[in-house]
Amino acid sequence: AVSTMWETEGLQTFGIVVVVCASLKLLHLLGLISFSEDSVEDELELSAVRHRPEALEQLEAQTRFSRKELQILYRGFKNECPSGVVNEDTFKEIYSQFFPQGDASTYAHFLFNAFDTDHNGSISFEDFVMGLSILLRGSVQEKLNWAFNLYDINKDGYITKEEMLDIIKSIYDMMGKCTYPILKEETPRQHVEIFFQKMDKNRDGVVTIDEFIDCCQNDENIMRSMQLFENVI
Amino acid sequence: MAAGVAAWLPFARAAAIGWMPVANLPMPVAPTNKNKHQDEIIILNVSGRRFQTWRNTLDRYPDTLLGSSEKEFFFNEETREYFFDRDPDVFRSILNFYRTGKLHYPRYECISAYDEELAFFGIIPEIISDCCYEEYKDRKRENIERLMDDLEDNKDSKLPNMTFRETMWRAFENPHTSTMALVFYYVTGFFIAISVITNVVETVPCSSMPNQRDIPCGERYTEAFFCMDTACVMIFTVEYLMRLFAAPSRYRFMRSVMSIIDVVAILPYYIGLVMTNNEDVSGAFVTLRVFRVFRIFKFSRHSQGLRILGYTLKSCASELGFLLFSLTMAIIIFATVMFYAEKGSSSSKFTSIPASFWYTIVTMTTLGYGDMVPKTIAGKIFGSICSLSGVLVIALPVPVIVSNFSRIYHQNQRADKRRAQKVQKAKLARMRISKGGSSSAFPHSKRNGLNQSLELTGSLEEDQQLKKTTSLLESQHHHLLHCLEKTTNHEFVDERLYEQGYLQTALQNFPSQSPSLSSEEGITGTCCSRRTKKNIQPLSATHTHSHTHNLQELSALHIQCGEQHPLNTSRSSLNLMSDESGSLNCKSSGLVTTAIISIPTPPSNNSRASPNAPPPPNPDAPPLPNPGTDVVKISAL
Repeated sequence: AVSTMWETEGLQTFGIVVVVCASLKLLHLLGLISFSEDSVEDELELSAVRHRPEALEQLEAQTRFSRKELQILYRGFKNECPSGVVNEDTFKEIYSQFFPQGDASTYAHFLFNAFDTDHNGSISFEDFVMGLSILLRGSVQEKLNWAFNLYDINKDGYITKEEMLDIIKSIYDMMGKCTYPILKEETPRQHVEIFFQKMDKNRDGVVTIDEFIDCCQNDENIMRSMQLFENVI
Repeated sequence: MAAGVAAWLPFARAAAIGWMPVANLPMPVAPTNKNKHQDEIIILNVSGRRFQTWRNTLDRYPDTLLGSSEKEFFFNEETREYFFDRDPDVFRSILNFYRTGKLHYPRYECISAYDEELAFFGIIPEIISDCCYEEYKDRKRENIERLMDDLEDNKDSKLPNMTFRETMWRAFENPHTSTMALVFYYVTGFFIAISVITNVVETVPCSSMPNQRDIPCGERYTEAFFCMDTACVMIFTVEYLMRLFAAPSRYRFMRSVMSIIDVVAILPYYIGLVMTNNEDVSGAFVTLRVFRVFRIFKFSRHSQGLRILGYTLKSCASELGFLLFSLTMAIIIFATVMFYAEKGSSSSKFTSIPASFWYTIVTMTTLGYGDMVPKTIAGKIFGSICSLSGVLVIALPVPVIVSNFSRIYHQNQRADKRRAQKVQKAKLARMRISKGGSSSAFPHSKRNGLNQSLELTGSLEEDQQLKKTTSLLESQHHHLLHCLEKTTNHEFVDERLYEQGYLQTALQNFPSQSPSLSSEEGITGTCCSRRTKKNIQPLSATHTHSHTHNLQELSALHIQCGEQHPLNTSRSSLNLMSDESGSLNCKSSGLVTTAIISIPTPPSNNSRASPNAPPPPNPDAPPLPNPGTDVVKISAL
């Protein structure tokens, strides 16, 4: 009698094991649980996004670059981004290669937003070339406008201290750790203070576009450095 | 910086306009592109196949043949093209390197031909990108080993003036070099065989008389076997001592595997001699005789195949480890299951889980002795699952081991173990050369004073000198980084210098703030004496440059001082920083004092120094590295 009791017990154990395995398999089929850790199939995004830029003549009319310059720019652009658009991650990667010692990703993020004028998450060649046209061939007014746009993170027309602090911190991040003198916590904040003291004429805590342009035009250094990159292309 | 993103450098420089309103200091001058001819297509004729590319593409790597002026030697005037009498197939990969920044190694190419082409075009092989680097290294190692093998075969010719010891060692290692060596080789082999056979026969029962019970031969003919054993051990001992004498490095010989086997083979005999009268340890004595069987391993000197087997097992250690681990897991699982399944059946052999281990092992390896069989239905079901899974688990790693063995056997490799370490080391060195070098390129070039091309008063010969060493691309990149430094009022330094500065300031106390000449020497003596000694050499060459650079700084600060009162706060805050005890600026204050010596005007904190004062040839300035002098000027105010 004891042996038959154990025998049924053994069979019961076996039955339970079978039921558990079947339920696991059912859940897996339903997709509620997954057994494999990294499913490569989920990673395939739509890599079919391709973008062809407008014709050379149109771009020539819209920007201040000559035909040859546009050709050179496009060749470089297409070499690095064969699909014709730059998304934010690629942009950050490219920009970080110029600053190997520090972390350029935050500043690259702000730059990306400044270039991506239609805010669709990617920079096409048109955005790229328009931005460069302002930076390299624009008037001082336009350049300052562009810089203001860069600093004004939420694009509301005012630069607040927090926005400036973010920007300045991101610039300091690009320096990295090995600097002389050693970067301190307060350095970005102090830099912001200096900036606001210089720019914020009516002391209302924000810098408007007029204050900004006014103040920069009166500053010899800034005026001189704006002309610095004229011969880049 | 990868060449691929070189095309984006103009963009990065243009985007630097975003820093300008934020910066409080004037920016350095941009390097100008003196030879600004239109980018032209140049034709490279390699053994008749014409490759065309932009001149700028080749200029990306100025330290290779195609990127430097060395290619002018190959310029053919009549056809206006560069003619190279080399292999066009390999040239394809080389040109792609310029285009994409990645050097690939084509698999069908012979490794030495490829190496020659790389050497001709001035490209170091460590730049080969990750996708092809393993293959390249493997092929290179094979080739080197093949060459070494050939070399060894040729080395067997008698070298003159070998000492007796060296001759003996060579005789031992390569038996076919002389007849004596061959004789010795065969004699030892024979005695190893005799010794092993003796050990075996010792245990065979042989009876002298039919009605006596069988006793092993060893106990019957004790003296004969003892004499045999003694003779063998004597031969082995003599052989070991001779090898020890002849070995070029005795320490290394004693640690080698073969010598350990030799020792283990002869030791039991001597231990047995010593302990033979003591009855208590006779059990241990018997155990020691087991070790005599290790004499069979001495055959590995005589057999190449045995050595290869040993190397295979060593190299497959990971697969064997995996096999063992998975088997252990499976054994434990199945033993537990079988035990509980069979618990109920009467007179079950599965008395405990460890007892079930035996059943599990026998079943999984498909041996199936049949001394333990399950009786319950559940037990039989699990038993069959056990045997099926055993087949799978064992079958998986075996082909890997087999293929490893055949590979080693065919390639006749010597030491597989060393390969992993070499690859790791080479990989680190490679990364340091090609990739990691970029992050310290800028501080390095600063230290060498190469950024002098960014001065206001750059003279023509200086520029020409500098163009030789940095390409336009690099100088533009350095200019960009320089602008960033000016924006943030901090300097890039090397990791090494950074750590030095950090450590030094952590150790020293701060000197007083006021810079008086008398205290200066002391300060620099204690704080920065180590640094001053190291940095004298590179700066002597850029002596005049550093002063004109200082000049620029002074003039700049002169302009600044007039308008920018807020700058005082930053400067005073920098000075304030040096007040805190235990913080990081002892180095700066030490350098502050030294630099004040070098200012041509009197050592006051007044920055209204006339920018036209001629810089005195000051021997104190050179000891400072360039980054130091720059920053010092700022904080001196």
